[in-house]
Amino acid sequence: MFKRINRRQVLRGMLGGTAVTVGMPFLECFLNNSGTALANGRALPVRFGTWFWGLGMNKEIFVPERTGADFDLKEELVSIQPVKEHINLFTGYRTFTDGRPSLCHYSGWVTLRCGQAPTDRTSVPGESLDVTVSDAIGGGTRFRSLEMTATGNREHSYSFRSAQAVNPPEISPLAFYQRVFGPDFQDPNSPVFHPNPHLMVRESVLSAVLEDSASLKRSLGAADRARLDQYFTSLRDLEQRLALQLEKPPPAPACRVPPAPTDVTTIGEDAALVAQRHRLMTDILVAALSCDQTRVFNMGYSESYAATTRAGVPSSHHAVTHEEHSNGQGYQPTHSWFIRQAMKEWAYFVGALASVREGDRTLLDNALVFAHSDHERAQNHSMDGIPMMTAGRAGGRMKSGLHVTAGPEDVGTQVGLTVMRAMGLQKREWGFGSMKATKVLDEVLQA
Amino acid sequence: MKAGTSLWTVTAITVLAATATIGYLGIERSERDRAPAVSGGPASVRLISADQYATAVHDVFGEDTKVEVDFAPPQRLQGLLALGQSAAAITPGALDQFDRVALAVAQQVTDDRHRGIFVPCIPVSVVDADAACAKQFFIRTGRFLYRRPLTNAEIETQVEAAGKGARRLSDFYAGLTYSLAGMLTSPKFLYFIETAEPDPDNSGQLRLTNFSKATRLSLFLWNAAPDETLLDAAEKGNLDNADGLKRQIDRMLESPRIEKGVRAFFSDLLRFDQFATLAKDSTIYPGFTIQVTRSAEEQMLHLITDQLLARNSDYRDLFTRRLTFINATLGPLYRSPVLDAESWTPHEVSPGQSAGLLTSPGFLALYSHPGKSSPTRRGRAVRENLLCQHVPDPPPNVSFAIFDDPNRNFKTARDRLDAHRTNPACAGCHKIMDPIGLALENYDGSGAYRTTEGGAPIDVSGELDGKSFVDVAGFGQAVRNNPALVSCLVNRLYSYGVGRPASAGDRPWLDYETKRFGSEGYRLVALLRDIASSEAFYAVSVDFDKHRGTQDARVDRKEE
Repeated sequence: MFKRINRRQVLRGMLGGTAVTVGMPFLECFLNNSGTALANGRALPVRFGTWFWGLGMNKEIFVPERTGADFDLKEELVSIQPVKEHINLFTGYRTFTDGRPSLCHYSGWVTLRCGQAPTDRTSVPGESLDVTVSDAIGGGTRFRSLEMTATGNREHSYSFRSAQAVNPPEISPLAFYQRVFGPDFQDPNSPVFHPNPHLMVRESVLSAVLEDSASLKRSLGAADRARLDQYFTSLRDLEQRLALQLEKPPPAPACRVPPAPTDVTTIGEDAALVAQRHRLMTDILVAALSCDQTRVFNMGYSESYAATTRAGVPSSHHAVTHEEHSNGQGYQPTHSWFIRQAMKEWAYFVGALASVREGDRTLLDNALVFAHSDHERAQNHSMDGIPMMTAGRAGGRMKSGLHVTAGPEDVGTQVGLTVMRAMGLQKREWGFGSMKATKVLDEVLQA
Repeated sequence: MKAGTSLWTVTAITVLAATATIGYLGIERSERDRAPAVSGGPASVRLISADQYATAVHDVFGEDTKVEVDFAPPQRLQGLLALGQSAAAITPGALDQFDRVALAVAQQVTDDRHRGIFVPCIPVSVVDADAACAKQFFIRTGRFLYRRPLTNAEIETQVEAAGKGARRLSDFYAGLTYSLAGMLTSPKFLYFIETAEPDPDNSGQLRLTNFSKATRLSLFLWNAAPDETLLDAAEKGNLDNADGLKRQIDRMLESPRIEKGVRAFFSDLLRFDQFATLAKDSTIYPGFTIQVTRSAEEQMLHLITDQLLARNSDYRDLFTRRLTFINATLGPLYRSPVLDAESWTPHEVSPGQSAGLLTSPGFLALYSHPGKSSPTRRGRAVRENLLCQHVPDPPPNVSFAIFDDPNRNFKTARDRLDAHRTNPACAGCHKIMDPIGLALENYDGSGAYRTTEGGAPIDVSGELDGKSFVDVAGFGQAVRNNPALVSCLVNRLYSYGVGRPASAGDRPWLDYETKRFGSEGYRLVALLRDIASSEAFYAVSVDFDKHRGTQDARVDRKEE
């Protein structure tokens, strides 16, 4: 901390009103031999993210027969074949509401993200676990976290500090691109570094704002004080992130600035359109991660009441799960078509992260993604066995390529606890009531 | 309809009405003459909405300032986004958005083209700080952005920030830009923070300060921050006396800006934010383009302002009137070509086919599936948005076995929904929603008129809370005459204005006002004036923490 301030002071002195170029030698060999750390000994960042899809699955054609590394892929999950080795699949984990109402398309995913069921639809029982992880690892990059949804709807966010403090998702690939790779982007591998004096001014103005408005809270009630506190936390965070950009960023050897995406409409949830947005945003996200612009991300493929549509089908996905007849094989074919589209996109997402090399490893190896849905069988709103997956190895702390089924005492929050432990959080337990998880899933953690 | 069904429905409605925030039975109790006192709620702290942000910037810096406010809406609470604004917090992700927009606005204000208009002085040097000139700029601009005069310390903060920036960047205007961006990122701009002061007329009580009154009033009537005249009145303390307040209210109601305010309220009440993402299946409704969506939304707003402002007519007749407006985009839906591509043309819907606002394509399409109508969604929208009645959540673990029988062949929506009656767990709520939606079945999922579905004739007869009807016009009449329609409007408009849910303590006054609204011919302008002039509207409670804790959170949820 002291070091940084001193350096900034030096830079400010050097600038003296005009921009100067501070030459920084570009090192060809950034990485150590194994690709686990930069050549200067600094560990490569481990990233954390979530991926959400709505309306669960058709168990009959989704859940593998075999567990462990040799698990079979049935037709609804077959599209993950190319990335199967990177994925862990968790099935049969139960979700309890402990006497709180069982809110369709809400209680399930909230419980898996927050560790307990909500009391009503306007509330959540705490922050989502990506925020917990972000508090631990999210500082030190230009963005605290990046949220995206392929649905085109800004209300579809699964990342929040509270019900009223939500991280808003990007809905437009082009706007997302401009936010990350627009004029404010500084290439970490650029041989020269220009500390931007404008950023310095902005940072100093935000300090003034903070000071100027600090006394506002005095006259407020407790709830509004807490809201203002949330604002001040965000403001300090922004200020620190601006300050960070005045330093030469550490090299990111895998960083490649992608070309700007084509503009695509944000209106409508036709599955083909959703897939297009999802892939464009995935590519930008992967580039942002490779350039170390953020270490936490949340992608929504579809929403919990998924309104994804298929040309010629009069009802959207959610309505289909309640209206469609089962076929001879005991599942709903159109519903399954939608889930297969989701799994194709999940495979794309994982594959994109795996396609970036970081030394001997890949970006995916240095990341951990937690994916899940809102129900097991959406038709009757079942919350027993909501499908969950992880992808990536969390920098070597996690195994992958396994199918794990729940034992009789196991609950869904154990996956969340395991994931947080893999991200280095010293948590002994997570969740509340019946959903309190104390046991991690050792079979997926690297000893 | 069988007597048993009807009895059941009446019982269900009674239960629902009891849970609604305002009971219509209370109307009978209230006195006609004297307004009941209210305890008031806490001074509110509201996050600025995207519309309010854009309006604030346009008011201060002109309409041609580009403001890309694509902020996510807050959570809808008790039927209103406006109440979500009173609870919304700002995450790092949300602040990033505000920060981006603030910079973009500030850069435009001080660019070569605009600095001559918005900066009231020429700096001594464009490459250095000029405290005197910056001060002039911030005194004037700050008064509008913070909705009150800046304190000396605040002026000093802005001037100093501008000066530091100017010196560092050797650019007076760059310094001004970043200092202004800071104001636009300040909680003093992003939040409407009301403040209270001891009430000299009632010892131990609080009252809103003049500036807080001005902002509350202006948001209520104009969905905008106060203009110069209103700020002047507040500065002179004129809003503390009835005459001064009345002058401002009269002026504001006569201003063309009232239309913006009325549009904003009804857009919130009727959940028009959903239009932003509305799309139809292009293979089923090829004509329902994005232009149709935009026109359908505009048509509803046009209908509302025509009825309530231009004609100053009965609110209830919004649900029976046959006269609407169509443009070239909507013409095909009405099978009535409009030649002039730009304008709105009056159009009379055939007798028996109109329930006013409820048979607008916008309402019909918004509450439908992508490729078919949805009586359930339409029914719920009427119950929740217009009658303030809460439709319970669907029960978990319902058996859908009835739909699993591939031998069943439902031709019409009524056939399909009749199946719900075989399942008592479903029947309870669907009986509340479906008859309303079935009354609108002559309109498909795109809002086009039809008389058959799947080759079978459509039966739209039914009843609403004991009033039976045979066609959609009769349904409109039943909505019009439903007492909950009026009490709901009064309740929502009031809570929208005060920025908090109506509480039990507000009920006597709301009952009184509902009755008074009736005696004034159900004219919205009269209702706006009544609320804006009332003591209830400005009342603040002393113990706001306690008050907050007792507010019962009502449930809103997503579609279906």
